[in-house]
Amino acid sequence: MMKKNSVSEESLIKPKTLEEVRAMIRSHKRNDFIFSSIGLLTITFALLTLLILFVDLVMDGYPKLNYQFFADFPSRRAANAGILSAWVGSSLIMLVTFITAVPMGVAAGVYLEEYAPKNWFTDIVEINVTNLAGVPSIIYGLLALGLFVYTFHLGQTIVTAGLTLGLLMLPIVIVSTREAIRSIPVAIREAAYAVGATKWQVVLHHVIQYSFGGILTGIIIGMARALGETAPIITVGALTFIAFLPPAPLTNVAPFISFEWLQSGFTVLPIQMFSWLSRPEHAFHINAAAAGAVIIMLTLVMNGTAIWLRYRIRKNIKW
Amino acid sequence: MTTTQLKDPPISKRLAKNIKRNFVERVIEIILMFAALAATFITLGIVYILVTEASGFFKEVSIIEFLTSRQWSPLFEDAHYGILPLISGTLTTSFIALTIAIPIGTVAAIYLSEFASHKTRETVKPILELLVGVPTVVFGYFALLFVTPLLQKLNPDLPTFNMLGAGIVMGVMIIPYIASVAEDAMRAVPMNMREGSYAMGATKFQTAIRVVTPAATSGIIAAYILGISRAVGETMVVAIAAGQQPTFTFNPLEGAATITAYIVQVAMGDLPHGSLGYQSIFAAGMVLFVITFVFNILGHMARKRFAERY
Repeated sequence: MMKKNSVSEESLIKPKTLEEVRAMIRSHKRNDFIFSSIGLLTITFALLTLLILFVDLVMDGYPKLNYQFFADFPSRRAANAGILSAWVGSSLIMLVTFITAVPMGVAAGVYLEEYAPKNWFTDIVEINVTNLAGVPSIIYGLLALGLFVYTFHLGQTIVTAGLTLGLLMLPIVIVSTREAIRSIPVAIREAAYAVGATKWQVVLHHVIQYSFGGILTGIIIGMARALGETAPIITVGALTFIAFLPPAPLTNVAPFISFEWLQSGFTVLPIQMFSWLSRPEHAFHINAAAAGAVIIMLTLVMNGTAIWLRYRIRKNIKW
Repeated sequence: MTTTQLKDPPISKRLAKNIKRNFVERVIEIILMFAALAATFITLGIVYILVTEASGFFKEVSIIEFLTSRQWSPLFEDAHYGILPLISGTLTTSFIALTIAIPIGTVAAIYLSEFASHKTRETVKPILELLVGVPTVVFGYFALLFVTPLLQKLNPDLPTFNMLGAGIVMGVMIIPYIASVAEDAMRAVPMNMREGSYAMGATKFQTAIRVVTPAATSGIIAAYILGISRAVGETMVVAIAAGQQPTFTFNPLEGAATITAYIVQVAMGDLPHGSLGYQSIFAAGMVLFVITFVFNILGHMARKRFAERY
């Protein structure tokens, strides 16, 4: 870098004829054009590659994508196999994940932004949150295997999987809650304090309400990530072949709500896809492609909603 | 003034109410603090579980064998416990991925930040963010059933499970991430630095390379480091497409297991709790955790330094 600079300085100092100056400008403009073309080509190339991959997947899986695919249990015969137990399992686990990660994540975010004193303790918590967001998901799986399965004896069940994904989602919710809260001007808080509100009233009635859109964005992105996560669910012991549904959460005898499903074995969409993908027969690969198409659609819709929401918030709110 | 004073309850009652109010406030603050502490407990939990389970492993296996032996076969009769084959697999796949993702991601970030029109940027940026969220198991499908068959047409000797295909797909997967984070860093460079450069007669390309990029270096490096951490910790792509056989090799045309692929492989089979094979995944996980932890802290520091400058 230093060398380049000194060379260009020399060439600037050296007296030049008009022709030389014109040639220099021409070559610089050419560089601009060349780089801008390279940049555009690179981006087009990268996006096109990904587009081809997605189209290939959807085309492969297209013949299987019908109502029957969603209503069938997995089967030894590829033609009869479906994703009923997988999507039911995914939905129930998402429910557990949502209930555990969202209240805790929002509470932690609120504490770190509004309450936490500036000291070494807060610093440690903060570094922790940043680090957790970068820990590979399979490590969460190992944590859950050692802690939930073998220390708390929760077994290889829906509640274990839900809690595992809840831990994974927690840092995402915390970070987005903090970012959303940080964008609210101090004047709003001061106005509330001025009319006699307590700190909690300020937080509950103003801070959380105004940052709701941003928090929601983080929750959706976190849920999408949890939905597509495979590795940690494998480590806590998802089964790849499940031909039954967990007990229904609603029953027709009192007290009408049953929590037995929490104790049930399970499979989820990405695991189902992975298990079909590990088989050598081509017919199962078609099933895998169909399951992949369903997963991609779900995550794209969720992430798309979140991103759209964020851009809308940025555009509409000018404090 | 006087009327409101008459309406007010006696001072002792108001204070009593304050005590209750303060108490509720205090309780809420403590509840919120415990929620924030949970994040710390997760890290402590990870370290605790990894250390206790791995310590059982290291009672049976010497650390020297673990770090130097070139064979990893804990599940065989003739068991060897050298982590090097798993590390070589992890390094090779990550290296391939990063040689693709870092140059393309950087060029894409410079283009989007400095050259692209407002409209292009507003269209491409959300797409990049959308792509970051695509589940990795789907990319495993691409590696196994699209890229590897394509590579086999070029080189018929290529095995079905190879590190090259997995690495390439992993690279494509990380491009949007690096591009997005690096672009954020470059956009954060103040506009007047660019204006100063233009005023001296610099072209867009000169400004981008000699002014904006150096100014955003630590932010761009943070993007790279986080990309590395992602590549090293990536599980499904390599578990599906790179093979499950731990081999000490850096040849991308061969198949080899990575740390993460080994953990998945063992977890798929039902090993009894407390066996050496079961404990070996925690030892492998500990190595993975330490590597990514170091990169995450470095990335965090680079990012913080960048944020403080502007």
